Amino acid sequence: MKHRLQSLGISLKVLFLSLFLIVMVFPLYWITITSLKPSDEIFSIPLQYWPAHITFDNFINIFNISNFHIYIMNSLIVSLTASLVVLMIAVLSAYVLARYHFKGNKQIMYAFFLTQMIPAFIGFAPLYIMMSHFGLLNKLYSLMIVYTAGLIPFCTIMLRGFFQRIPSSLEEAAMIDGCSRLSALLRVILPVMLPGIAATFIFAFVQNWNELFLSIMFIDQESSKTIPVAINGFITKFNIDWGPMSAGAVLSVIPTIIIFAFCQKMIVGGLTQGAEKG
Amino acid sequence: MKNTVKARKPVSSQSKFIFFCLLPAILMVGMFTFYPFFRGIGMAFQNYTLFDLTDIHFIGLDNFKTIFEQPQFLQALSNSFYWVFVSLIFQFVIGFILALLLKKPFKGRGVYQGFIFYSWAMSGFLIGIIWRWMLNGQIGVINDLLLKVGLIEERIGFLSDPKWSLASVIVANVWYGIAFFAIMLLAALQSIPDDLYESAGIDGANWFHKLFYVTIPYIMPTIIASTLLRVIWIFNFPDIIYAMTNGGPAGSTHILATYMMDKIMFGGDYGQAGAAGVIMIILLAMYTIFYLTATKSGKGADF
Repeated sequence: MKHRLQSLGISLKVLFLSLFLIVMVFPLYWITITSLKPSDEIFSIPLQYWPAHITFDNFINIFNISNFHIYIMNSLIVSLTASLVVLMIAVLSAYVLARYHFKGNKQIMYAFFLTQMIPAFIGFAPLYIMMSHFGLLNKLYSLMIVYTAGLIPFCTIMLRGFFQRIPSSLEEAAMIDGCSRLSALLRVILPVMLPGIAATFIFAFVQNWNELFLSIMFIDQESSKTIPVAINGFITKFNIDWGPMSAGAVLSVIPTIIIFAFCQKMIVGGLTQGAEKG
Repeated sequence: MKNTVKARKPVSSQSKFIFFCLLPAILMVGMFTFYPFFRGIGMAFQNYTLFDLTDIHFIGLDNFKTIFEQPQFLQALSNSFYWVFVSLIFQFVIGFILALLLKKPFKGRGVYQGFIFYSWAMSGFLIGIIWRWMLNGQIGVINDLLLKVGLIEERIGFLSDPKWSLASVIVANVWYGIAFFAIMLLAALQSIPDDLYESAGIDGANWFHKLFYVTIPYIMPTIIASTLLRVIWIFNFPDIIYAMTNGGPAGSTHILATYMMDKIMFGGDYGQAGAAGVIMIILLAMYTIFYLTATKSGKGADF
């Protein structure tokens, strides 16, 4: 009896896990398959669950009807720059917040946590006005600035968790050997923290790569569009041309999926550890 | 805070170091997060529309009165509750089951996790676009599948029929959020020491006893923290709805977050948008206080 129950449990487990796998993978499969169909096949019934003719027309098309290569470059420039800058700033603030007792330490942490809870878009209209005053609308700088600022709190919280796991005897020893505070941080601590820093960088990059509303608000000019702005432009009031749309969606997802495939363990570990400490 | 470096150099050099390390972060966050945030709250009490920027003035609570008279706002308010709590319950329950099933190592577990957690790397906007395509009323694959299985006889306008639209965007949101709970809860489950189960087993506990007397109490802090954060996050998350329906048809899928984005981006009424934002903050603050008191534990949010 017990044996039978056990094998029933195992088959239920396998059943649930397989069903779930299908549900999770299917949307990505479906948009990819759509992007590989010729356009008459996309809109014809019965639906083809595997394209009768595989074609890359939609991908070629998207570079012809739009400046998709420019959008990709812009997205890369903005995401990489903002992630690097945020990392430099957050490493310094996280280190100090993790290691030193000083007046206001707790308050700064509270303020940073608070930014994670407030609805960010309350500030969007004022940000738009600010950017227009600075003359930065339609410039990539506007996005780099707001993305950097927006990610500082979370990256600081995350990195602080990593710093707290490293014994302070490490830099104390370096400082006795004559290192300054800064060079102890840069030469001794950072190398030990590399996995945490990489996880934080990847997190920031993915967030920046995916950001939508601020880029729609700030950018309207062809030469400055990022991928999300361009894809948003494919949605017209009443219709979507699903051929180029599916190709654009697949292209925009490729970098983050590749990053995820290679660094899954590190990202998941980094996020959950950070959360536990946080 | 055990690892604090003891002050060895003169205090002034140490406080200089602290100051300069924090300066960039505080300046940036202050200028581009807190300043616009408070400015936005201020706008809630002003007549502030993009169409007439020459006539900006204080109008007290008029924006609040105006939006409370709009049926669309009231619908967004009630939709927000369904959106948050229905999404949360399904995300949590399915994510928890998944975490339990993934706790014991099996062959290929790492690869399996990769395939089900990848949605984390995608934007809510894109996920909304993909679901909009799958739920299409004429040639959507979900209609096709349901017809094939025989569950429906006619195609359903999932996103064009107000009867179905809210449920449809919630389904997409559930799909998106399961991975978050599975990851968080799995990490917590793996931190439970094995001997707790062993001694429970010696005492004759069965699977259900172990679940309710060992597993759940042990990971309670994680459950509290992750559900608290998730509610706030879902409440503030307009991306999927924006991509799938943009609040339509006839406002049937607006939540407060999308209602507010709509006011800013298409309505150009920063005053009313600010008023909606202030109401969101009040609701969030009330919820957080209530939740933390009800669970009587600062543990989850302790830092």
